[in-house]
Amino acid sequence: MSSKEIDAISGTETTGHEWDGIKELNTPLPRWWLWTFYITIIWALGYTIAYPAWPLISTNTKGLLGYSSRADVARELAAAEAGRASVLQRIAETDIAGIAADEELSRFAVAAGRSAFKVYCSQCHGSGAQGAPGYPNLNDDDWLWGGTLDDIFLTINHGVRFDADDDTRISEMPAFGRDELLEPGQISAVANFVLSLSGKDHDAAQVEEGKTVYAENCASCHGDDGTGLAEFGAPNLADAIWLYGDTMEAVVAQISGPQHGVMPAWGTRLGETTVKQLAVYVHSLGGGE
Amino acid sequence: MNVIEQQNTAQFEVEAINRRDRQTPLYAARQKIHPKRAEGTFRRLKWLVMFVTLGIYYAAPWLRWDRGPYAPDQAILVDLYHRRFYFFFIEIWPQEFYYVAGLLVMAGVGLFLVTSSVGRAWCGYTCPQTVWVDLFLWVERFVEGDRNARIKLDAAPWSAAKVARRTVKHATWLAISVATGGAWIFYFADAPTLARDVVSGTAPGIAYMTIAVLTSTTYVLGGFMREQVCIYMCPWPRIQAAMLDENSLTVTYNDWRGEPRSRHAKKMAAEGRPIGDCVDCNACVVVCPMGIDIRDGQQLECITCALCIDACDGIMDKLGRERGLISYATLADYNRNMAIAAPAGTIDPTIARDGEGRLNSSFRKTTWRSILRYRTGLYFAVWALIGLVMLYALMHRSRLDINVLRDRNPVFVQLSDGSIRNGFTVKILNMMPEPRTIGISLDGLPAAQMTLADSSQGPSNLLFFEAEPDKLKVVKVFVRADPDILGNGSHDFSFVAQDMTGSETARYAAKFETGRNQ
Repeated sequence: MSSKEIDAISGTETTGHEWDGIKELNTPLPRWWLWTFYITIIWALGYTIAYPAWPLISTNTKGLLGYSSRADVARELAAAEAGRASVLQRIAETDIAGIAADEELSRFAVAAGRSAFKVYCSQCHGSGAQGAPGYPNLNDDDWLWGGTLDDIFLTINHGVRFDADDDTRISEMPAFGRDELLEPGQISAVANFVLSLSGKDHDAAQVEEGKTVYAENCASCHGDDGTGLAEFGAPNLADAIWLYGDTMEAVVAQISGPQHGVMPAWGTRLGETTVKQLAVYVHSLGGGE
Repeated sequence: MNVIEQQNTAQFEVEAINRRDRQTPLYAARQKIHPKRAEGTFRRLKWLVMFVTLGIYYAAPWLRWDRGPYAPDQAILVDLYHRRFYFFFIEIWPQEFYYVAGLLVMAGVGLFLVTSSVGRAWCGYTCPQTVWVDLFLWVERFVEGDRNARIKLDAAPWSAAKVARRTVKHATWLAISVATGGAWIFYFADAPTLARDVVSGTAPGIAYMTIAVLTSTTYVLGGFMREQVCIYMCPWPRIQAAMLDENSLTVTYNDWRGEPRSRHAKKMAAEGRPIGDCVDCNACVVVCPMGIDIRDGQQLECITCALCIDACDGIMDKLGRERGLISYATLADYNRNMAIAAPAGTIDPTIARDGEGRLNSSFRKTTWRSILRYRTGLYFAVWALIGLVMLYALMHRSRLDINVLRDRNPVFVQLSDGSIRNGFTVKILNMMPEPRTIGISLDGLPAAQMTLADSSQGPSNLLFFEAEPDKLKVVKVFVRADPDILGNGSHDFSFVAQDMTGSETARYAAKFETGRNQ
């Protein structure tokens, strides 16, 4: 353009471009805006040199500062790990009663145990440890193998009926029906007697006969009064909690051909420290003895 | 140089930056304003306001207030880290933020009240931008001289003397800016400790960053952008303009007595041509920090600092005329006076004054009574009511609170004796800066008992907890009840927290779920 053309109406310079008689006014960006724009370009260039930016065929430029978000994560994880190390060390060195007695250790153990529980235990026991038919509820005060801290620790550490562990908890109730140790009538009678212990629906006429059958066949493990024996893993039959159900059918089925739950031994898989934390957590759910 | 002696008064060559006939489109470069020093009532009032507001700003964080050994002793403290706000005898927890919201509502209604009665007084006297620009101008005047000397210095070539003056000015500005940013941080931490840390270089990075940011904004906004902040950046002028009515005070040029203005009053009078009081000396324009001419009428740029009133009153005194050619006046009074002075549509100065040059007594002078109106009365009533309600709430608020969160997984647990247990996370809020023993009991749940996970207390229907001063105590409480006594379904009850040494109680409604259908 040789000379500037000024639009008569607005008094603004035109760009000289014209379409169908319409001319474009030249209203450039404010200078601060323009310079900000240039600065961002310079910044972007510097950024791509300093930081990983340009994709190459199989990799990308690494940047002069050597920054990597993966390395950042690894560093943060290591820092978190290091921050936990001293508490974990103390948990490893303290016996389980000592952990529960120490406020800081028990708070840490409960939190760590809760997350470990979510990963390894919730599949069977439920995310709230509320259990399911055949899988014990860990919130209540009924414990097959004992509810003290040490009992719980031992159960988690060695599992229940877990063949690969020599110290696993083992109990085996005979299949009184399947192996024809009792007549069907006797099974029915003893079932009625057992249900009568906790006041469930039962046939009162069979209770007397059932009592005799119970005394001869069951009392050695479940106790004379039916309150069970944790040393043998024999459930309490006189309380309100029934692992396999409290109906007549369920009790008869369990006497005839009992189901036996299995829990893996976690000590070898998770290590003693994690098992301690799990035990403290389960004990804190409200039913611990 | 540009001052012409005439009629005992100086005449200034100055033009309003926003003259209608010279208005340029946007993106025009800024015209630098060199405000002249003003003297008078409003200038003195503004010095006083500056002294008080800056005094409060700088001194407030250093005031002490004894709250005992468990709380900080700083009178005004926004403790972001511990989520506490202290204001003398008031301590606010985050969940009591509605007090701050109430203050904001009061500030909003207060803005209505102030603006409808005295116009843009906030802009003219107390806005930080105005106060700091005033302070920066004072420094500039002290170092470089008043208007003419500054214009001369601006135009002068760079010399050692100019460099020296500029250096001193900017150094002083920067010192003020650093002090501004430096004072701000003391509201957020213990002032004496933080001051030591800042000086020794051990203060947290955010403190230095805050100082840096506020230093740069103070320096740039106060030293360079000045009136442009008010004209282009601030929404306040637009909002306030909507709140003014015909009875609000505004800085007004009373053209009903000023026009027709003349620079040659004596000559005009000798020729027998009627003239008004304005001698067109531009004293009102030259003192204006916004660089405008108030005689063009009300305009967005006017922050109503009233310095033009001072300037004009000085001229009127010299001329032996009545003050108030430029004055605080309401639009209603102005219109009324205008109707008297200009019955035919043009101003007739012969109506405005009698033979001795005294102003017509039928003109109305705006007095402080103009602020007493239904509208302002209503605003004041609303404002005061909110304040009183908040004060009452503050005096009667509880310093003990309880929040309860029930376990949802599992919702209920059956125990071996047939009873049902629900788990609750109970949060005890001890908002007093002293340790207290808090009792937690159950209300409305017959024969229910509480136990704790660690079996340290209970089963009982009253548990005791030691609540640390000014802290939240979280405990897991198990509630067990026999559904045979209680009945099936869910049962409403309350957790009751009680200060065992005082009388404060707090309740929280909860539900006990038996897990059995009704």
